[in-house]
Amino acid sequence: MITHTAEHGTFAITRTYPVPPDRVFAAWSSQDAKARWFGEPGGFNAALELDFRVGGSETNSGGPPDGPVYTYRATYKDIVPAERIVYEYSMTRNAALISVSVTTVEFAAAGEGTTLRFTEQGVFLDGADTPDIREKGTNELLDQLGSTLA
Amino acid sequence: MLNQSAPVDDVFRALGDPTRRRMVERLGLGPLSVSQLAQPLDMTLSAVVQHLSVLESCGLVRSTKVGRTRTCTLEGAGIRLGADWFAGQRAAWEQRLDRLGAVLTADIDEPDTSQQPEEPDERSSP
Repeated sequence: MITHTAEHGTFAITRTYPVPPDRVFAAWSSQDAKARWFGEPGGFNAALELDFRVGGSETNSGGPPDGPVYTYRATYKDIVPAERIVYEYSMTRNAALISVSVTTVEFAAAGEGTTLRFTEQGVFLDGADTPDIREKGTNELLDQLGSTLA
Repeated sequence: MLNQSAPVDDVFRALGDPTRRRMVERLGLGPLSVSQLAQPLDMTLSAVVQHLSVLESCGLVRSTKVGRTRTCTLEGAGIRLGADWFAGQRAAWEQRLDRLGAVLTADIDEPDTSQQPEEPDERSSP
């Protein structure tokens, strides 16, 4: 039994790196470069497929062993070399659509380095609203109650 | 602080009752009609409706009536699911961007000659 819900959220993260914008941009614009950091810590992401051009797509999938398969599928909407990348992406859990987001990555020179601003705006759908997650939410609620009463 | 503590008090008062806790736990598995919610409880339907109104007034449960059936859903858990999702995405990106920083810094210390299209070396051209 699934309740149809749509919740909206947005977040922004800023990082400064000690290399110029074209170098930071290069880490996003090729599959080999991006696979070095877009995935599990310390590993090369062999599942990543990136076609970096406006209209091009990117896919990645994975998940815990014997668990659900999460699939990420992005489409690039705007690319300004060394300045800006805009893409939209969806996330599915097995066959169910969980979320749809718009992501903006901005690169700005900061002295010798680069300030990167990552902004994601998205809608989270009922796709993940499965009983096990709902149960987890309820347990957390009751745990919080317990800790407050203790 | 007084303004914030009042609704919290209502939530804890509502969950202080074992019947209402059981209702919340069952709604945690998915929406139920009032009669489904009442079924395992050894009490009258009007008593169940009273408990339900306590849970609704503090925002834990929401109910909507379609025809003759009133369906109850858990309100708090749904909100938390979305918040958890976005918090998880944010945390994942914090880690990824840190890894990106580690890769970029490693390239400064030990340039990767196979992946450096941005730094042409005039003398290396064939």
